[in-house]
Formats: sequence, structure tokens, C-alpha cells
Amino acid sequence: MSNIINSLYNIRLLDDLARKETAIHKIHPLMKLLTTVVYLTVVVSFGKYEIGSLLPLFFYPVMVFALAELPVKPILLRVLFVAPLIIGIGILNPLFDHQVFYLGGITISRGWVAFFSIFIKCGLTVTAAMLLIATTGMDGLAAALRMLKIPRLFVLQLLLTYRYISVLMEEVARILRAYSLRAPEQKGVHRNAWGSLAGQLILRTFDRAQRVYEAMCLRGFTGEYNTGGYERIRVWDLAYLAGWVSFFAITKIYNIPMFIGSLLTGVVK
Amino acid sequence: MHMADALISPVVGGVMWAATAGVAAYSIKKIQNDLDEKKIPLMGVMGAFIFATQMINFSIPGTGSSGHLGGGLILSALLGPYEGFLTMASILTIQALFFADGGLLALGCNVFNLGFFSCFIAYPLIYKRIIQKGYSTQRIFGAAMLAAIIGLQLGAFGVVLETLFSGKTELPFGPFVALMQPIHLAIGVVEGLVTSAIVAFVWKARPEIIEKASFGVAIGNISIKKVVTGLAIIAIITGGVFSWFASVNSDGLEWSMFKTAGIEELEAPDGIHQTMSAIQSETAFLPDYGFKAPENEQEQGAVEREESWPAVSAGTSVAGLVGGAMTLAMAALAGMIIRLVKRRKKRLAA
Repeated sequence: MSNIINSLYNIRLLDDLARKETAIHKIHPLMKLLTTVVYLTVVVSFGKYEIGSLLPLFFYPVMVFALAELPVKPILLRVLFVAPLIIGIGILNPLFDHQVFYLGGITISRGWVAFFSIFIKCGLTVTAAMLLIATTGMDGLAAALRMLKIPRLFVLQLLLTYRYISVLMEEVARILRAYSLRAPEQKGVHRNAWGSLAGQLILRTFDRAQRVYEAMCLRGFTGEYNTGGYERIRVWDLAYLAGWVSFFAITKIYNIPMFIGSLLTGVVK
Repeated sequence: MHMADALISPVVGGVMWAATAGVAAYSIKKIQNDLDEKKIPLMGVMGAFIFATQMINFSIPGTGSSGHLGGGLILSALLGPYEGFLTMASILTIQALFFADGGLLALGCNVFNLGFFSCFIAYPLIYKRIIQKGYSTQRIFGAAMLAAIIGLQLGAFGVVLETLFSGKTELPFGPFVALMQPIHLAIGVVEGLVTSAIVAFVWKARPEIIEKASFGVAIGNISIKKVVTGLAIIAIITGGVFSWFASVNSDGLEWSMFKTAGIEELEAPDGIHQTMSAIQSETAFLPDYGFKAPENEQEQGAVEREESWPAVSAGTSVAGLVGGAMTLAMAALAGMIIRLVKRRKKRLAA
């Protein structure tokens, strides 16, 4: 139950955040989508032992958080929610990679370096995806997908799925509440009720789909989904994309922390 | 079973994206030929159904634990494989965006692992073959069970291969397979049980829904050969293109940057060099950590032979640590300054 309520809360939170009107929210959805894709590619392109050169990439989420006035806590909580899985797979690195190196008298295993690298990458990629949706919203994203010539059928279906998730989740929550009231002290749904519980919902879902279709037909649906015109791409939108892409390229090519560190410690003469 | 962005390399992510896009395009073409526009809202609402049903804990008798519904197989059984695949794709997209399950780069991998194998392998080759003889509770049970297990085994194996090809973890092939396959055997059994229970219920209550799905025009004949050949071609082409890009952009480019940088340094006139080192000695607040350059270079040379393992000499490591900490501090500071400025602006406006 709490699972469903959490999920509903999460969807609505991101929906609400996407309705803000900050500088980041006003940037064209397509530019934000492309920036995110380039960012993710650059983040995962770093080798498994690289941590230092990854760090400048923290600038991107920090900037978006600040400029888009997003609450840090609920989004980072979501990221932490995914962390156990990554820790589960990543933790095997120190088990299999025992090679060590010394850093200022401290012995560090390569496996742990790889683990932290995965951990940081996980945090950055997950945050970037959530920031995209929290600053763009599903409709904006759908428009961006259409501009990328993703077939109408898929985009329409994506939007419909998204629209009906909260409806069906509420329905499932009601069903589960009714079930738990009739089957107290029971963990999960009993085998005898598997088919009828979910099956009833399927039957209702089919009927609902029929009603949705009829309602769409009454509003002029003929297999086409009319979205109207797209937002125009302004120079500022292009500058946003170009700015971030060049920053990501610089972090990929140069090891910025090493450069700063060398400057401060005077390693390179 | 969702792959995460952090575990894949851009090449693997790109290849799987291309493969998934290929299958999706093929599915869309098939559905459009069908011209059944009624199916669009049905797919949308069914996607939401799977999403919501995944929240239900089906308790497994005698174990005390519970399982969930995956979705690919039941979608194929109720809507048809093309519709099932596209619906899975949109479910996984929303999961990646809103719930951080999987990721955008790994989306291709996830749709392939969870959608392709169950909709285009397990459904037509196993489920449909068994069901073709006519519906009965036993046949539904056997078909769903076998198809769910095989679909999940293939998906789990896909995860193993994608992780290994990405090279982000140190996991050896053997133990990883030994870990993944049995876990997914159990998950597959639960998926099979739940799917068969639901399909059997719907078949008894509204047989026309099930029968229409499996014998209707929409299903048609999937030419697996065509799909697989197409996929193989896509994979080879994109694999080639992406790895070429990867090699040019990372190693090659880095190498050439290093070279150019090295030459520039040598040719730098004394004036600039002196000024720079003067600035450096003034900004260096940890002079004790200054290490001689030649020593570094030697060590670096030795280490650099091993690809992707950055320089580990003490001097550069300390510089890296200090620089990394500074970078993070700068990022945090920049964020805080923007927040403060924004807050002040709002206060002034109010």
C-alpha cells in the first residue's frame, strides 16, 4: 500500500515541479532532452577507475537544481532509493579486484575505486533523468520526441499510459485496501485470489479503454493525434545546449580537478 | 532486472538503443497496417494497468516472500506481441524518468531484455505454439509458465552480456551467470503462475478478449527470421560506428590532446612559463606535496600502458584529491550563490 501511495506522490511531485516557470523550465524541451542525453553519455563514457575527472560533471545537476529552484531532498531521496541495487552489483568489484595502490601512506584497493566510480555515475545519471522530467514535464517531453520524429503512435501511447497511471494506481490501492480488510494479518495476495483480483481489474481496464476510445472519438479522434504547433527554438535555447555540450566536452578531454590540484599543490613544474 | 545507466558503456547503450528502435519501428509499422485505432487507447490503459499491478504483492505459498508481475508476456497474450512490445517500451520509459528504475541510456537494454525476449521469442515460439491447440486451463498454465521462465532466462542472460561488454564491473562471467540465472528462474516461475492465473480468469470471464488477441489479424505471422536478421545488421552497423566514435573521441582524441599539449609546453616561451610557475608557487597552499616532475612522468608512463587506469603516482593522486575536492566545493558554492541571489530577488520583489 505504502508503495502505491509513494509512487503516486512521486508522480504528482514531479508533475508539480514541471509546472514552475524558471529560466530552466522555459528552455525548449528538445534542447533539455539533448543536453541530458549528451550529459549521460559523457558520464558513462569515463572508465571504471576514473573518479577525479568525473567530478566537474557535478556542476550540471547543481546548476539545474539551483536555477530551476527544485527541492533537493525529495529528488535525492529517489536517487538513494535506487542505490541499493547499484551497491549490490558494485560491491562485487572490491571482492573480485584485489589489486591495491598507495595514496599518501593509505592502501586503497582498486575494487573500491571502481565501486565509488559506479556509485557516483549512478547518482549523476539518475539525478539527470529526474531533473529532465522535473523541468520539462511529460507533455514537453512528448513534444520533443515528436520533433525528433518518433512515431506518433508511440508518443500518443506513452502519453496515454502516463495519464492513466494515477487512475489505475488509485484503483489498485482501493482493491488492495478492500482485500486487506477481508484478509487481515496476511502478507500479500493469496494464491487463490491471484487470477480474480488482477483479472477483474483487467476486465475493468478493457471497459475503461473502450470508454476512453469512445470519448476520444466524440472529440474528433481519427487515429491522428493533433498536438498543435511546437514551441519555437530560440537562440537562447541553442546557446543553453551549446554551452553545456562544450562544458561536457572540456571535462571529457581535460582532467579539470587534476589541473586545479596541480595549480594548488605545485606538482607540475 | 533493470539495467542502470551507471553499469553500461556508451557503445553497449547505443547498440541496444538502435536494436530496440529497430524492433519498435517494425512493430509500429505492423500495427499501422492493421489500422485498428481502437487499440491505441487500449495499449495506453493496459500500460497503466501493468504499472499499477506491479505494485501488488503476490504472496508465494510456503515461502513467506512475494513476487510481482513483469508484464511482457501478459501484454502479448492480451494485446498481441507488437502492441505488447510498444506498451512495455512506454512503461519502461516512464519508469526510467519518474522512478529512476533503469535509466535513459540503459532504456534500450531494458526494453530489449524485458520486452523483446518475452514478446518476440517467448510469446510466439512457446506460448502461442502451445495455445494453438485450443484453450484450456492446463494449456494456459503450461504455456504461460514455460514462456515466462524462458523469457526471463533470456532477459537475465541479456543483462549479464550487456554488463560484461560494458566492462564497468569486475564481475567474471561464470559467477555472474550463476548468480543471475537461478534468481530469474524463481522470478520466472512466479511470473508464469501469476500470468496463467490472470489469463485463465479473463478467458473464463470474457473469452473473446483472449481469443481475439491470439487469433486475430493483429497477431499475424511474425517473421522471426526477418526480425533477427534486421537486428543483427543494426547491431553490427551501430556497434561498428559507435566503437569507432568511442575510439576517436576518447583514446584517440585524448592521446592527440596530450601530444599537442606536450609540444606546446616544450615550445612555450620562457616568459609565460615563468609567470605561470610564479602563479603556481603562490597559489600552492600545500607545497609539501610538490613532487618532482620526472618521477611522475616515469611512473605515469608505466601505468598508462594499462588502459583506463589513471595515473596513480603519489604526487598526481594528491593533486587529484585536492583538485577534486576543490571542484566539488566550487560546484556546491555556485549552487548556493544562485539560490541566495534568487531568494534575495524574491524578497526584494515581495
